Amino acid sequence: MSNPRLRRRALLTLLALPWPAAAAGLQEAIRDAVGEGAFTEAGITLALPATAENGGQVPLTVQVESPQTEALHVTAIHIFATRNPTPGVASFRLTPLLARAEVQTRIRLAEHQQVIAIAVMSDGTRRRAVAEARVSTGGCLA
Amino acid sequence: MSAPLATPRLRVPRSARRGEAFEIRCLMTHPMETGLRPDAPPRDMLNRLLVRVEGQVALDATLRNGTAANPYHVFFLRLERSSEIEFIWSDEGGRSVRATARVTIA
Repeated sequence: MSNPRLRRRALLTLLALPWPAAAAGLQEAIRDAVGEGAFTEAGITLALPATAENGGQVPLTVQVESPQTEALHVTAIHIFATRNPTPGVASFRLTPLLARAEVQTRIRLAEHQQVIAIAVMSDGTRRRAVAEARVSTGGCLA
Repeated sequence: MSAPLATPRLRVPRSARRGEAFEIRCLMTHPMETGLRPDAPPRDMLNRLLVRVEGQVALDATLRNGTAANPYHVFFLRLERSSEIEFIWSDEGGRSVRATARVTIA
């Protein structure tokens, strides 16, 4: 992603992502967590299974490229589900005591949807990753 | 709702090398009942996992509706000296459970 043209295109694509029937309050939840402003999509990876058999236990991994030093580290990782009854999944406050800016957990997904991870760096920059998972059995209302 | 919180399960190495990353896994048995399901029992949610190393916050997680039942977390620490790692899970009713593990730096 060093080519600036490619990078700009990727950014535009991300901003234009359609979220039809997004969870009520998704944008508000994101704004409450990280405020207004731009995101880059480099330096952050969100991994989900392509298909989750059980939407009640979907493994998720977020990795952010970060040296985790006092000078530069990830201060927060926020996770949002776009089509759950409520968008909030979890927020993690990180410190340089963590060797890696990486968190693994298990989440609930009500249906086939996109999941968003947002990382906030100690220099104030924000990164965003989006991943999509199909769900065989919904994990929220079942 | 009134049953005591379960005993957390931790997987923490007993020893590690100075300054090198090691993995911590923790699992807390809990229904994480959102109260949103049809005919659901009342809401009963853990809303926080706090991890401290020798009293210093390393990771502070806020858990919301999308966190699965029996919350499971994996993360990586690095230590300069032998330390006690403290884990505290809290629920929305103000109850909490604490567990500790000691990692020796060889």
